[in-house]
Amino acid sequence: MKRSLALLELVRMALTILIALLIGYVFLLFSTKDVAEAFKWFLYGPLSSQRRFVEFLNNSVPLIMTGLALSLVFQARVFNIGAEGCLFFGGFGAMLAALEFPQLSVLHLIVTLLTAALFGAIWAFVPAILKAKWKASELVSSLMMNYIAYLLVLFLVNNYFRDKAAGALVSYRFPQTAWLATLTRYRLNSGFFIAVSVAILIGFLLYFTKYGYEIRVVGANKKFGFYTGINVVVTTFWVQLLAGALAGLAGGIELTAMYRRFVWQSLPGYGFDGIIVAILARNNPFLVIPSALFIAYLRVGANIMSRMMGLAPEVVIVIQSVMILLVTAEALLERFKKRIVEREAMKGE
Amino acid sequence: MKAIEAINVTKVYPNGVVANRNVNFSAAVGEIHAVVGENGAGKTTLMKILFGMEKPTSGEIRIFEKPAQLNSPHDAIALGVGMVHQHFMLVPSFTVAENIMLGIEPKKNLFSLDFKRMEQIISEYAKKVNFELPIWEKVMDLPVGVKQRVEIMKALIRGAKVLILDEPSSVLTPQEVNELFVVLKNLSQQGITIIFITHKLNEVKQIADRITIMREGRVVGTYRNEELTESQIVELMIGRKFEYDISRVKAVPGEPLLVVKNLNYFREDGAHILKNLSFVLRSGEILAIAGLEGNGQKELVEILTGLRENASGEMLVGGKNVLGAKPWQLRQLGISHIPDDRIEVGSALDMSVAENMISDRYDQQPFSGRVVYRKRSVIEFARRLIKEFSIRVKSPTTLVRMLSGGNMQKVVVARELTNEPKVVIANQPTHGIDVASSEFIRKKLLQMRDEGRGVLLVSTDLQEVLQIADRILVLYKGEIVAHLQNENLTETDLGFYMLGTKRQNPEELKELLTL
Ligand SMILES: Nc1ncnc2c1ncn2[C@@H]1O[C@H](COP(=O)(O)OP(=O)(O)OP(=O)(O)O)[C@@H](O)[C@H]1O
Ligand SMILES: [Mg+2]
Repeated sequence: MKRSLALLELVRMALTILIALLIGYVFLLFSTKDVAEAFKWFLYGPLSSQRRFVEFLNNSVPLIMTGLALSLVFQARVFNIGAEGCLFFGGFGAMLAALEFPQLSVLHLIVTLLTAALFGAIWAFVPAILKAKWKASELVSSLMMNYIAYLLVLFLVNNYFRDKAAGALVSYRFPQTAWLATLTRYRLNSGFFIAVSVAILIGFLLYFTKYGYEIRVVGANKKFGFYTGINVVVTTFWVQLLAGALAGLAGGIELTAMYRRFVWQSLPGYGFDGIIVAILARNNPFLVIPSALFIAYLRVGANIMSRMMGLAPEVVIVIQSVMILLVTAEALLERFKKRIVEREAMKGE
Repeated sequence: MKAIEAINVTKVYPNGVVANRNVNFSAAVGEIHAVVGENGAGKTTLMKILFGMEKPTSGEIRIFEKPAQLNSPHDAIALGVGMVHQHFMLVPSFTVAENIMLGIEPKKNLFSLDFKRMEQIISEYAKKVNFELPIWEKVMDLPVGVKQRVEIMKALIRGAKVLILDEPSSVLTPQEVNELFVVLKNLSQQGITIIFITHKLNEVKQIADRITIMREGRVVGTYRNEELTESQIVELMIGRKFEYDISRVKAVPGEPLLVVKNLNYFREDGAHILKNLSFVLRSGEILAIAGLEGNGQKELVEILTGLRENASGEMLVGGKNVLGAKPWQLRQLGISHIPDDRIEVGSALDMSVAENMISDRYDQQPFSGRVVYRKRSVIEFARRLIKEFSIRVKSPTTLVRMLSGGNMQKVVVARELTNEPKVVIANQPTHGIDVASSEFIRKKLLQMRDEGRGVLLVSTDLQEVLQIADRILVLYKGEIVAHLQNENLTETDLGFYMLGTKRQNPEELKELLTL
């Protein structure tokens, strides 16, 4: 029975993707004449050259990290959606460390990334402590913190760290000791390997350690957690800090590997995309990896399509939304599942 | 004529559990029909099918001898079937009238309700079925017995001619049960068909016309009440002979484990809920707290287990005042707690049975090392408890949500009795548990007593109290009004104190309690 159920799950996945693509196709019908060509680029674009494949992998790096951050808080049923602000502030932290401590040489990169994580955690501290002390809604306060991060960091960067020699509003360039390596000619972000390892680590934390058990109990039923002797307030507090650190690290990795300056003049949106990644992964850190890759693939595919065909990349947003709706629609093929279960259960009668 | 009928009904749940197998069941118009069976036998499932809450995998339902296609409870209600669930579905902040008329309120105009008409409808109906209700009181302030009547009224006013009650008596005191039975008798005389599930066989004998017995998803048989004795019912239920053989030897109380002194508690609205309580629980004894629901037991238990704050007075454990300590601190002192609400408080429905069983010791050997959590030993441990407490569950990794009510309760009890506690605070420990398993749990409590632990038993089930308690305190309106040794006591004796018609001399009491 297990086999047929697993097969059914696969069929279900394939079907949802197919339906979503079909809907995307219909949308394309309205926006271009050469639909077949556009669709080809969309589907196959990320695989069409090594460069594009690397672009796709690089795109997934911050998505994995923020997806993890949100999976963690969602597991504990804490609705802290401040990953965006933490990522932004973490990026700022990375910039500070990169620009201020060049004398560290060998350790410089590590210190830079750790600072990013620390800044992310500091940013998450605010909603976390407000929640712990005064039961303030983390949803509201974390959302506020996103905008505060944005305004504060931009003010600081543009006033104190702006590289006037550069043609754009960016910070000074990081010294080479604070660069995260990029591999191959096409600049593969080595942060990809960090992200994948962190995902495995967080998955391990959640499912194979006692701390993870606490988080899951608190998420399943807070009253029960309290009754059975878990310090619910402390657990939710630390979960938010850890998630903040992950988001901050995401910002650090992105800047030290891809830009080597502070370049963001608007919120990059990875923190919000992380919500989608986490939902698709059903808050399972191990599934965050394929889930982030999937979203990244769609994004890059859409970009390539729009570059090749001169189309607006917005169509991808439609397709993405449809897919998420379908993937979370549990009821699809429910009838078949029921029949398999019933047949098996009655076999022994 | 048959009021409702299930023909060859089979139900397979999505996880592959076969809860009903080729079940044939029918209730005649105007009869009181009891459904009994062990925990997990499929009683609730069958009732949910009759009420349209679950769809049968195969089989047919007939209502008043016409085939019925039930896609939801709405269909069942339209055909005259009503159900009162084990866990009430009332809006606590609404009045009785508002709850009863929810969704079918008479309106004055588009925006305002016609309260006068509401009252009229309800009291007319109430008179017809001979039934008293405090129409304008808020539901949350009512005792369970009354809440239940509200639920019944809700069903009746929607035109129920068949009334299904899932374990209506398991949380009621004997007094309330009697009142309920008067109501049910009355309804049946008016031609309303009553189907009710229970684990208390004396009640079955007392009121049922016919009895259907289920075992492992099948109907063993339907009998007229006179055909069976209580012990025959049990035999048919569990498929073997069963003897009640609890014998309580005299306790040998040792040192005090839990001392409560001058405990006072005021609710947020200023009500004085617990009035100057003092008592001592010693090792090697079972101290019961009896009383009608709503006389402060719930608050007392929550205070003693750290779930409720802002009480004053003293609670001494090992000589230290731990009043106001958090649950984890109290658990560390060896106090375990079976709460009265297994769903909201006692378990995490969406975690596995195994993970629910170790929630109070997940961080200890052998379930965790320094950091790593050892799934395998958790599963192994769960297997053992499932066997010991005869919990009906497919596997240790099954979610608690998929268990029957009684089996959920067993999961909670199994956890709380196996962590080598010094003190067990048990609030309705056998709530919803079948005869054989209740017996097992009571024996277990006695065994723990004999091992030198202390048991504080809070129960509305006086039979249970009289069966295993050594001493009994009666709580009435937040006060201890009696302190009794459990020797030659009867339910009637206790009843007088519980209703407040009799109380012991306060001076004498004080002395007894602080000994
Ligand atoms: N939603 C569900 N999903 C899967 N299995 C279920 C579900 N509800 C009940 N079951 C299983 O079906 C069987 C019958 O359950 P049911 O609730 O009908 O028992 P019951 O006779 O009412 O028992 P109790 O006396 O404990 O209330 C049990 O083995 C239970 O585990
Ligand atoms: Mg049941």
